[in-house]
Amino acid sequence: MNIIVLVKQVPDTSEVKINRETNTLVRDGVPSIVNPYDLYAIEEALRLREQHGGKVTAVTMGPPQAAEALKEVVSLGVDDAVLLSDRAFAGADTWATSYAVSQGIRKIGDYDLIIAGKQAIDGDTAQVGPETADMLGVPFVAYIRKIERIEGGKMTAERLMDEGYDVVETSLPALITVVKEINQPRLPSLKGKMKAKGLKVTSWNAKDIGADEDKCGLKGSPTKVVKIFPPAPRGKREILTGSMEEQITAVVGKLKEQSLI
Amino acid sequence: MSVRVVSDKCECCETCVSACPFGAIEMQDGKAFITEACTMCGACVEVCEFKAIEKTMEAAGPAADLSAYRGVWVFAEQHKGDVASVALELLGEGRKLADKRKTRLSAVFIGHGVKDKAKELIACGADIVYVADDPALRDFNDDSYAAILTTLASQHKPEIILAGATAIGRSFFPKVASSLNTGLTADCTVLDIDAETGNLHQTRPAFGGNIMATIETPNHRPQMATVRHKVMKPAVRDASRTGEIIEIRYTQSGELRTRVVKTVEELGETVNICEADIIVAGGRGLGSAKNFALIEELAKALGGAVAATRGAVDEGWVPYPHQVGQTGKTVCPKLYIACGISGAIQHIAGMQSSDVIVAINKDPDAPIFNVATYGIVGDVHEVLPIMIKKVREMRG
Repeated sequence: MNIIVLVKQVPDTSEVKINRETNTLVRDGVPSIVNPYDLYAIEEALRLREQHGGKVTAVTMGPPQAAEALKEVVSLGVDDAVLLSDRAFAGADTWATSYAVSQGIRKIGDYDLIIAGKQAIDGDTAQVGPETADMLGVPFVAYIRKIERIEGGKMTAERLMDEGYDVVETSLPALITVVKEINQPRLPSLKGKMKAKGLKVTSWNAKDIGADEDKCGLKGSPTKVVKIFPPAPRGKREILTGSMEEQITAVVGKLKEQSLI
Repeated sequence: MSVRVVSDKCECCETCVSACPFGAIEMQDGKAFITEACTMCGACVEVCEFKAIEKTMEAAGPAADLSAYRGVWVFAEQHKGDVASVALELLGEGRKLADKRKTRLSAVFIGHGVKDKAKELIACGADIVYVADDPALRDFNDDSYAAILTTLASQHKPEIILAGATAIGRSFFPKVASSLNTGLTADCTVLDIDAETGNLHQTRPAFGGNIMATIETPNHRPQMATVRHKVMKPAVRDASRTGEIIEIRYTQSGELRTRVVKTVEELGETVNICEADIIVAGGRGLGSAKNFALIEELAKALGGAVAATRGAVDEGWVPYPHQVGQTGKTVCPKLYIACGISGAIQHIAGMQSSDVIVAINKDPDAPIFNVATYGIVGDVHEVLPIMIKKVREMRG
C-alpha cells in the first residue's frame, strides 16, 4: 500500500507577533515547525505501512528551506520526500497550492491513499486537502479520527462531526484529512535521524511537474489578500477585588445584568 | 475544469457508464461520450483501466464575463431535517449583502424530508429556495452535495455563495470551489460588498487569531466564502415574506464513491460547543477528573456546554470533541467561563472572539486575564462551588 502524506512547514504561530506600526507580521526569529496536524497524518501513514507494507512518501510545497520539514518527517520513518519548489509557486492561495500539489502527486503516480492534517495552523483554511482531491478526481473524507479497516480497495473509517461521528466507507485511492484524536505521534528514531541527516531531498520545479505557470502562485490565485491588520483589542477588562464571596457575587450580578445568564 | 474521453484509448468496455454516479456517460459510435449531466466528479477517471478519460483544469484566469453573475446564494445546512442555526445567520448576512447590491437572495437546501421546511428559509429572507429532497440525500456526502451545488451554480451563475464554516461546510465547499475554478475564503468573521463592482470583502482571522486579513476574489465568479458560526446575526423571521421554491430532481445512478455506514451522536447531554451560547471550560488547573466534574456542574446550572483545554483532554478528563483551541474547535459564545486555564496562545486562539470572558485562576499573572472581561484571582476549587451555589440560587 503506497501512501502520500501532505506536509506543510509553518511558522510557530504561538511565536508570531504583529508590528503595530506597519501592521505586518514579524516573522524574523519565529521558528518554523512541521504543521502539528501533519504529524498525526505521518504517524497514521507509518502505522498503515507497518500493517499493509508499501511505501510512505511525504510531499510539501514551499521555499528551499521547507526541505527541513521533510527531513524531520524522514527522521520519523518516512521513506521518500519530495519538495515542490519554484519561485512561480510563491504567493499561492489554496487553489493554486492545490493545483501544484496535485501536479506533484500525479508525477509520483502510484498511490492508494493520500493523508493530510485537518488544516495548517498558519492559515487554518482546511481547503488544500479537499481541493487537491477534487483536482486529482479522488474521493475526499475529512476529519478522520480512526481507520477501522482497509480491504478490497475500500477503507472504513470514523469521521468526526460537530455532534458526534459518522462511520464512512470510501473507495481507494482517496484523500483523507486526520484529526489529533487519531493517534499519538512517535518520536524520531536514531536510525531515522541518521537517514534524515544524509538525505538529499528531491526537489521538483513547475516544469518538472508539468505545471502551467499561469495557474501557479500569486498569478494563478483567484483570491488576493488586500489588507492585513491587527485584531480589534478586546474591551476593557476588570479584575475584581474583595473577598472571594464578594468577587463571585459581583461577577454573577454583572452577567445577570447583561442578560448573559 | 472538464472531463473528456480520449477516444483512441477508449476500448468501449462501458465500465465508466456504470461507474458514473450521475448517468452522464453514454456510448456513442462505439466510444464513451460524456453528456452535459457531468458534474466533473472524476469517478470515471478512476475506473478506466485504459486511462482513456482525463480530467483537465482550465487556467484560473479571469472569468469570461463577471457581469453575467448575479445574486447572493447561501447553502442552508440542515440537521436531521431541521434548519441549522448557522443557516439563519447566513440568511441574515446574505440578505444584507443582497440588499446593498440590489439583487436577490437564494438558498440551496439539500436533504431528505426537508421540502416542507423550505418556506422557513423564505420567512428568514430568501427570495428563492432550491430544494433537493431525496432519500439518497439523507446523510451528508461530499460528492453528492458538491455535485448538486456545482451544477446549480453552473446553470444560474450566482455572484456570491456562502456556507457555514461547520464540519459539513468546510468539508464539501472546497470541492465546489475547485470544480468551479474559483476562490474560496475560509472562516470569515466580517463580510461586506462593494455595491458598484460586487466585490466581496472577506475578512478572516489568520495565524491563530494574531492577525486579520481582508481577502477579495476580483477576477473570478462566484466569490465563495465559509462564515464562522455565531458571529453573524441570525435573520429576523417574517412569516408574511413570499418567495419561490424550486425543487431540484436529484438522480443518483450507479454507486457513490463514499457512503455513510452509520451516524453516531456522541456529545450526550452536553450540547455541541460550536452551537452553545454559554461555555464553561476547564484546564489543567482543575487537577483531576473528579474536580473536572465541577465544570460540568456549573455548565449544567447555567444551561451551557462543557469545554476544555488541550491539557485537560490529554489528561483524559473529557473527550476530544470538547477541546477548544488550535488543535480543537474555535468557539464564539456569548459567555465563556475559563476555569483553571492559564491561557496558552493555542487555547486563546480558539476562544478569544467570545463576547464576554470570565477568567478564574489563582495566578494573577496568567495570560488568560489579558483577554478576560472579568477576572477572579482565586483557586478554582474554592471559587467554583460558591459560583455554582450562587447561580443555582439566582435561577431558583
